[in-house]
Formats: sequence, structure tokens, C-alpha cells
Amino acid sequence: MTAVAEPAMPIVDEPIAAPAPQPAAVPYHEHEAKPRDVLIICYSGELEKVWATIILASTAGAMGVKTRVFATFWGLQPFVKDSRRITGQNWMQKMMSFMQRPGISHRKLSKMNFLGMGPWMMGSLARKYNVASPKDLLAMAQELGVEFLPCQMTMDMYGLKPEDMIEGMAEPVGAATVIGLMAEGSAPLFI
Amino acid sequence: MARPPTNGKGSGMPLEIAQRVDAQGLSCPMPIVKTAQAVKLMVSGQLLEVLATDAGSSKDFAAWCKTTGNELVESSVEGGVYRFVLRRK
Repeated sequence: MTAVAEPAMPIVDEPIAAPAPQPAAVPYHEHEAKPRDVLIICYSGELEKVWATIILASTAGAMGVKTRVFATFWGLQPFVKDSRRITGQNWMQKMMSFMQRPGISHRKLSKMNFLGMGPWMMGSLARKYNVASPKDLLAMAQELGVEFLPCQMTMDMYGLKPEDMIEGMAEPVGAATVIGLMAEGSAPLFI
Repeated sequence: MARPPTNGKGSGMPLEIAQRVDAQGLSCPMPIVKTAQAVKLMVSGQLLEVLATDAGSSKDFAAWCKTTGNELVESSVEGGVYRFVLRRK
């Protein structure tokens, strides 16, 4: 027998176990699962709908949720630079931009527009109640990492060039990208 | 003035606020947006105090903390002013 038997540790010598330290506070965060991405399809160009899109997009960005906004059809117009008055290559495209001025600061209401009085009143009320303007919220959404994807087909249809669009837009994409993101689990929202 | 936050163990030790956001008077979603912007500039474990008057903010801040994983250390309301103390994840 070569093995040396270890002397049994007398129980009396064992230190009295200190109570386990309690965490400073129970973490509120109960689940560690990654939140779903959010995909907002910005289809409408009216003030109230663009505002809703931008409020939700900036909030999602602030919540650390990966957020993308696909700007298509009328919903692409808010993402043209405010300074662009007439856009497009041919007379019909130019006429379209003449009838509805592009840019986020030139949105009309779908109801009760009254030659711009509706949007003006909305703007005054928003200022009175400290609601951020769509333009300010758009800048904040971009700062918070929200991606704005212009629709290539709409850009072609309106004759829009990348230099007509606001700074920081992502590369133009198509419907397949949008469906692909949804198929991968992005929460879709159509506004 | 509201009392300083404690470490939640009843020892009454005030915790150090590293950053403050005054979102009083601002409407949804600005208190949350400003909070997210402030938290980005902080390091893990630091405390942020937010003051807001938006009546939806107590639910909004709980939701924000739940989704982002930051800890809501304190949430109180006094005289229509909501006060939140958050610990950066």
C-alpha cells in the first residue's frame, strides 16, 4: 500500500461559511434573448404618417433595437433634401415634385391640410407641447443607428439621384431585401 | 429636492450620479431618446438620473430598461416630475 491516506479534515476546523453576498439589486432585465429587429416600411409621404414613422424609428433606435426604415413610393419623398425644389429628369418627374414638394419639412396632412394651414397648426401645437419636429427626430434616429434604406425602384421612377437624398442614407435596395429581412424575423410595420 | 438614491440594501449610502438628463417639458419620445444618447457616453456601472414630466414615462422607462438590459434603480414621481435612476449595463 503506497497510497497515503489524506487525513480527514476535522469538522470543527472548518470555517463557518459566511452568508453569500447579496447582489446590490435584482437586475430588472430578466431575459437575455436578443430583441427582434424592427423593419418599418415608410410608404406614405403625409406629415402625420412620416411623423409616426420617425417617432417609432427613433424610439426603437434608442431602445437598442436594430431598426431599418425602407422608404418607398410616397414615403421616399421625406428623405429628399429639404433644399431640393424640383427633382427628376423628365417633365413628368419634374411636375410630380412641383405638385408635391419633396423634403421632410414640406409634408402635407392627408386630412384637413387646408392649403398648409393644417400642417402649420400641427407645427405650432407640436412646438407648444415640446414635441420634436420630424426633421429633428430624423437626425436623432440617424445618430442612434437607425438605417434608412431607399427603394431603388422609387428612385428610378421619380428620377432621384443619390445626391438628391439626405446625408447618411443606406444603399438603395429592392423588395427582396425587405422580404428577406422579414423572413429572418424582423418585426414589420407598414406605415 | 428629491433624496439621493441608495444602493438598495438599506444602508442609506448615497450612490454617485455620473450623468443627468433633464427631459422636463419634453414629449414622447424625447425623454427616451435623450436617455439613450446619454447612456451611450457612460461606462458600465455608472448611474444616470433622468427627470421627466411626460406622464407616459414611468411605463416607458421600465420598458426601455427591460429591452436594453440597463437597470432601473429607482423610479419615483413627485409633484408631476418623474425621476429615474438608471445603472448602465
